[in-house]
Amino acid sequence: MGNEELIAQLQAHFPEASIEMGNNWPELNITSEALLPVLNLLKNNTELAFNFLFCETCVDWKTHFTMVYHLESTTYRHNLVIKANLDRVQPVIETACHLYRTAELHEREIFDLFGVVFTNHPHLRRILLTDDWVGYPLRKDYEDPINMIKL
Amino acid sequence: MDVKITPPSEPFPGTVHPTDGGGVLLSTLDDVINWARSNSLWPLVFGTSCCAIEMMSTASAKYDFSRFGFEVARATPRQADVIIIAGTIVNKMAPVLKRLFDQMPDPKYVIAMGACATSGGPFFYNTYSVVKGADHVIPVDVYVAGCPPRPEALLHALITLQEKIKSGTTRDQIRVEMKDNGK
Repeated sequence: MGNEELIAQLQAHFPEASIEMGNNWPELNITSEALLPVLNLLKNNTELAFNFLFCETCVDWKTHFTMVYHLESTTYRHNLVIKANLDRVQPVIETACHLYRTAELHEREIFDLFGVVFTNHPHLRRILLTDDWVGYPLRKDYEDPINMIKL
Repeated sequence: MDVKITPPSEPFPGTVHPTDGGGVLLSTLDDVINWARSNSLWPLVFGTSCCAIEMMSTASAKYDFSRFGFEVARATPRQADVIIIAGTIVNKMAPVLKRLFDQMPDPKYVIAMGACATSGGPFFYNTYSVVKGADHVIPVDVYVAGCPPRPEALLHALITLQEKIKSGTTRDQIRVEMKDNGK
């Protein structure tokens, strides 16, 4: 499916969602509550068949966080980016790992470095940093006076 | 055909005292030991990032550091003489590096390869995780500049280390000497 066709399809499925064309792939902007139903449809719809979550990450915009999901269909070879904004003070979103097992690892890393809490994640704990680490280093306002030399 | 034999660039340390029917080689045991030691340095298999790729290149056919006696790369610190810190040392890796160094038998040598191992390099500013120079953790004998250094630069560092060993006193000998001199 080409990108225009894909956008048309998505618009039909999600009439109220904003879909725009990114540099390479269509970008679907959703609310954080809508994540699971949207992923569920994208994965299980036979024409879309987004069966591969190849990247999951978070962006700190200082005013809010944005969760970014990159999906691919290995059958049809089309891609899609999903973005969901989160509150910066209490960043909470549903886990995607019951649909895509790979999300389990990604979400642990995002929790470790951004402090986003994924509800229903099987074992949400730090993965790269030590268990007693204070703070979330990839947040823009992170300070570490001992290890960091500020420029 | 006229075969020209070039003398070795680093001859055996000592002088020949000519006698009837040959000669006697005069040298000191320290010089001979250092000479032997410098020509068979076994590096530890240790690489934490992209410098390790250059180190592997230095080991392989095109640059081939076995020409200088470095070919026996050991996967255990207990059999290694030199550790080439090829890559970034993060706070989490620092205790591991210290332990590896402690497990190496004396005499042991350290080469800090590249900007990260020398000073933290590109990770000097605004980083929470990187050790700003491996010499915060273990003592370093030779520093190599570059990000990553070319294989020639690493070869130069290895040869510099050999020169350092041949020139005499080891780090521990210096320490003992200083202690004897009351410093």
